[in-house]
Amino acid sequence: MTSKNNLLKKNFIVETINLTKKYGDITAVNNLNLQVEEGTVFGLLGPNGAGKTTTILMLLGLTEPSSGQAFVAGYDSTRNPIQVKSIVGYLPDNVGFYEEMTGIENLLYTAALNGIPKNQAKIRIEQALERVGLKDTGKRRVGEYSRGMRQRLGIADVLVKDPKLIIMDEPTLGIDPEGIHDLLNLIKDLAQQDGRTILISSHLLHQIQKICDKVGIFVEGKLMASGTIDELQHQLAGGSDHVEIELKTVPFDDGLLKICQKINGVLNYQWSEDYLLLQCEQDVREELSKKLYENNYLPLHLQLRGISLDSIYLRYFQKEEGYGGGFS
Amino acid sequence: MEGLAKIIGSNKGLSAVVAKEVGDHLSGKRFLILSLLIIVICLGSLYVAASTIRSSVGRDQLDFVFLRLYTSSGSSMPFSFISFIAFLGPLIGLTLGFDAINGERDRRTLSRVLAQPIYRDALINGKFIAGVMVVFFMIFGLGFLVAGLGIILTGVPPTFDELCRLLAYLTLSVIYISFWLALAILFSLLFRQTSTSALAGIAVWLFLAFFATLLAGMIADGIFPVSDNSNVDQVLANDKVKKTLSRLSPTFLYEEAVVTIMNPSVRTLGPILLSQAVGAIQGTLSFTQSLLLIWPQLVGLIGATLICFALAYINFMKQEIRA
Repeated sequence: MTSKNNLLKKNFIVETINLTKKYGDITAVNNLNLQVEEGTVFGLLGPNGAGKTTTILMLLGLTEPSSGQAFVAGYDSTRNPIQVKSIVGYLPDNVGFYEEMTGIENLLYTAALNGIPKNQAKIRIEQALERVGLKDTGKRRVGEYSRGMRQRLGIADVLVKDPKLIIMDEPTLGIDPEGIHDLLNLIKDLAQQDGRTILISSHLLHQIQKICDKVGIFVEGKLMASGTIDELQHQLAGGSDHVEIELKTVPFDDGLLKICQKINGVLNYQWSEDYLLLQCEQDVREELSKKLYENNYLPLHLQLRGISLDSIYLRYFQKEEGYGGGFS
Repeated sequence: MEGLAKIIGSNKGLSAVVAKEVGDHLSGKRFLILSLLIIVICLGSLYVAASTIRSSVGRDQLDFVFLRLYTSSGSSMPFSFISFIAFLGPLIGLTLGFDAINGERDRRTLSRVLAQPIYRDALINGKFIAGVMVVFFMIFGLGFLVAGLGIILTGVPPTFDELCRLLAYLTLSVIYISFWLALAILFSLLFRQTSTSALAGIAVWLFLAFFATLLAGMIADGIFPVSDNSNVDQVLANDKVKKTLSRLSPTFLYEEAVVTIMNPSVRTLGPILLSQAVGAIQGTLSFTQSLLLIWPQLVGLIGATLICFALAYINFMKQEIRA
């Protein structure tokens, strides 16, 4: 590796080059080129089965890629998994602990696996438990812990090794709203106060977007878009050659269609359950409002798709139904 | 010793895994239950053996009294120490290993542990080593406990030859139980459910303990039927097929080895013709000669253990971490 390359890589704590993983005929991860800058919170967003966990396992060197390479802090994950794993803390999806051992004992085992001397480990564990708010529960058996407590113990477990990069797989899954709030604050804290890089995988965009500096949208093994949320909105809106407008009016009848067809730039239409979807060459909302007013139609809902994050989300995650309920 | 320290040092995480697993085994309830059961049974068999020996010491001429503590049984307790260990030993191995890997999967700890900076094989190596260590302490502890109590009960100290035989026997038992441990670990990789892997282990155990020899005999009788007036070649051929088939089973190998090592009067493991026995001098074998006799069995047992563990190792290294 030349020194120039080193300089280039310096900023990216995570970098993948054409990373691909195939299971038989199924391609779980397809030519992934992911870059995560040091000190940022990166959200890897995608529906279930998009290949997020597979990507994470490849980053940690726990699964071998079919082709391509993954680098963490300049180390090849496949060739130097030990170096990679010593600077990365991984909080798996639905983290598990040894139930018959106490929280502290579980963390002591992690510390021992990391080769941390016992007296030092005890200090670190105490600090980590205090940080996640489990100071008093550390001596209880993990079998008695609630789901939220386990998740917090998982974060303490990650903190014991003092990682540069923390990877969290679906950290908010199965936790009550208040718990999620606390958890997200804690994650934000880890990034801002400690300066750690955090990679969060989730299918719950709304929960994660508050704390992410950058997000990558990951669907069917491919990274569809990546950048800050603002960038992403532009990228997605500008990326297509037409815009879509959602429209709902009173009255909501065939007359509406006639008005719309007269407007310059409207290419196509589609009735959906709640609204009329117009495909246009450009943003025609101004003209549309005027025409509606002239014809005594009252607009109830008029929105440009591809601009709001919700619609980005919807566009890519349409196949996944069921979590749309919370959107408004 | 320095080399060993180096090996352990470069296998990152191995000693941590071993320490944790040994601790888990020793503090675990199922190990406690099993060892209590075995200790009580073995002490019972020792008591019976000791009283049998005491009552017959004056009448018959007894040699190798110390070894008889382990091998003799009485009317109230039809099994001796060695037959108990032979029967229950596999259960110890299975108990220690049947949920080695799929248990970690169940508890969702596997990915968390492997995400620590350790080599992947440190986990399976550590679990096997920890299991063997626990078996070693248990078997040697039990063996010496019986030895000590036996000396008190009978008042007969062991000779050097007997002591060597005892140590060889205990080592053999550790190897034999390690075979079952390796098999249990293999099953814990092949089956995702801990109950399935436990059941599979028990099935193999029952098959080898009760039916394997029976089956070998049936096959041998099928190929070379033997009746009262069969000729020598037929009988020998039958015996050869039966022995060869039986020796595929580690249980049979272990039983042969134990009988030979604990019984100095056993001079061969095959059939003897009258013509061969003519002129043979009466007497017992020395320890080294007995050891020589069971060398193939010993190698076979070690081989079976290593094959099982190697299969488990390869399977574990290739397995996907996620469920």
